[in-house]
Amino acid sequence: MFNWMAQVFSVTRFSMLSLPQRKGSSAAALLGIAGVVAVMVGVLSIAQGVMKTMESSAGDTNVIVLRSGADSEMMSGLGGDDTRIIAEAPGIARDASGPVSSPELFVVINLPMRSTGTDANVPLRGVQAQAQQVRDGFRLVEGRMFEWGLNEVIVGVGARQQFAGLEIGSSIEVGKERWPVVGVFEAAGGLSESEIWVDAAVLQPAYRRGNSYQAVYVKLNSRDAFGEFKDTLTSDPRLNVKAMRETDYYEAQSSTVTNLITGLGTLIAVIMGLGAIFGALNTMYTAVSARTREIATLRALGFRSGPVVISILSESLLLALAGGLIGAGLAWLAFDGYRAATLNWASFSAITFAFDVNLKLLVQGIIFAMVIGLIGGLLPAIRAARQPVAHALREL
Amino acid sequence: MTKINTNSTLVTVTGVDKVFKRGSEEIHVLGGLDLEIPDGEFLALMGPSGSGKSTLLNLVGGLDRPSEGKVEIGGKRIDKLSDRKLAAWRARHVGLVFQFYNLMPVLTAQKNVELPLLLTKLSRAERKKRAAIALDIVGLSHRTGHYPRQMSGGEQQRTGIARAIVTDPTLLLCDEPTGDLDRKSGDEILDLLQALNQEQGKTIIMVTHDIHAAARATRTLYLNKGQLSTEAVD
Ligand SMILES: Nc1ncnc2c1ncn2[C@@H]1O[C@H](COP(=O)(O)OP(=O)(O)OP(=O)(O)O)[C@@H](O)[C@H]1O
Ligand SMILES: [Mg+2]
Repeated sequence: MFNWMAQVFSVTRFSMLSLPQRKGSSAAALLGIAGVVAVMVGVLSIAQGVMKTMESSAGDTNVIVLRSGADSEMMSGLGGDDTRIIAEAPGIARDASGPVSSPELFVVINLPMRSTGTDANVPLRGVQAQAQQVRDGFRLVEGRMFEWGLNEVIVGVGARQQFAGLEIGSSIEVGKERWPVVGVFEAAGGLSESEIWVDAAVLQPAYRRGNSYQAVYVKLNSRDAFGEFKDTLTSDPRLNVKAMRETDYYEAQSSTVTNLITGLGTLIAVIMGLGAIFGALNTMYTAVSARTREIATLRALGFRSGPVVISILSESLLLALAGGLIGAGLAWLAFDGYRAATLNWASFSAITFAFDVNLKLLVQGIIFAMVIGLIGGLLPAIRAARQPVAHALREL
Repeated sequence: MTKINTNSTLVTVTGVDKVFKRGSEEIHVLGGLDLEIPDGEFLALMGPSGSGKSTLLNLVGGLDRPSEGKVEIGGKRIDKLSDRKLAAWRARHVGLVFQFYNLMPVLTAQKNVELPLLLTKLSRAERKKRAAIALDIVGLSHRTGHYPRQMSGGEQQRTGIARAIVTDPTLLLCDEPTGDLDRKSGDEILDLLQALNQEQGKTIIMVTHDIHAAARATRTLYLNKGQLSTEAVD
């Protein structure tokens, strides 16, 4: 056993020492693997980013109430009376102005994207004062809050970045009117940062909604209060609503997008990975045939084939590890925090998010690289080890 | 190796056939071959190209197995050993000298010679010492730190011989050791082999195409049509 390990060690050392002689093909394989890992991590970081945006919108005690049968705010509708009954349900957190329950109106308007100049949907949300209380981390970063009752809007930081004409001082067109932008807000990276907000009482007549809303956002006084809150609403004969934890709601909303991107990313990674495996295979076959004489001589001298296999595999794994680290590093430098917009498939409006290159993805990328290296090194290694010594010596 | 009897038989090859398959074609290289080599002999093996000289050398050195027949070295049958045991046996009993030296280009002469000792339990210091002695025997003690590419063909082959004798093997097998060298370097190698045979009693089998090289040996055998004979057949 000692002897065997010593053989592994010394044979591996030779292959590492002779690596500089095979710079060209080794570098090619390394860069190939780096490219695959960079693309894979980059694409999957989109899905991670969307998921993170959706999740950070939702606090643990936050609940959304929609008309039963509606899968999203877009399709929901609640009368003004309904929203008052909901606010009286048990378990809702209270502050100085009463229960933290926010009836909201949700419409979609068209604005030109900064990047392409083409129009895309932007959510325009009608809110009451409690809207700020049900969202974690709501904060004005520029300008001021709109005046209640006036045709003024505030915009989320994400929306301002993605769409043209949302700076303070400019205005948006709603029907025949123009509503000035007076402030910019953030909401802890959450979904509302992709939206434009206006007084619900201003939005209702503009869209002829009378005294109706679409959703009620509620903050509970504890996580456990959800059960009783929900039962009270669903058993109330005056109401026809359903209550969901926000976490569940957003998860359902984002699954289409994230599944699509994850699937696409995986597909791209697999296709590119196959290419990289052939690159690595080629490199290692070249490396092995360049060392045919060395390997045959070692085995003729009495070295066993196990150490030979391990030395070839370690060389290929080392190349893959270096490629994986470089690729992951590149992806992290290039993509992490990079902001972009995607379509919210539930509301068909844009949500902005940041690419999220996290540790889990980096590790996944490096593991993927190692798998490429393992497959690329295994066949040449087995071939080198299987060849009869006398036969290998003849091939010099 | 302590020698009990200088005239005892070291190598016994009995009724050996060797058949290679190339696709559906069968190539009969050796047929019913017998060979006895006494301990301490310096045997030259000659014969036309493709007659099977290297094949025979590989069988005696445990690098290959016969299709039929027995190979015994020092009273031990080696043709039935597993790959693993055969590799261990080679490491202990056989020194190989190749036509193209087969040194590791990334290692110095000293490290190349130490290579077979990695398969023993010797300490690092002991390995170093023995390699230095072997290099001294072949007259290369001044070039221990040189890499193969910094040495002439003759010096590389002397390093190859040092590597072959460093484990003090039972048998020294040389396949055309002077085949790639000029006359002068070739003669130096032959001087060295002769000295190893005469002064240290090493048993040597040397394959060669060169009649002058064969003249240094104590006996010459000719391989033709799968059989050995004491006279060249043309
Ligand atoms: N592994 C192998 N597979 C197929 N054929 C082989 C193999 N090894 C040897 N042969 C064949 O066996 C015959 C003898 O080969 P060998 O190398 O022993 O000849 P040789 O006498 O050493 O020739 P040379 O003087 O050219 O070195 C040749 O025809 C060769 O092609
Ligand atoms: Mg030959």
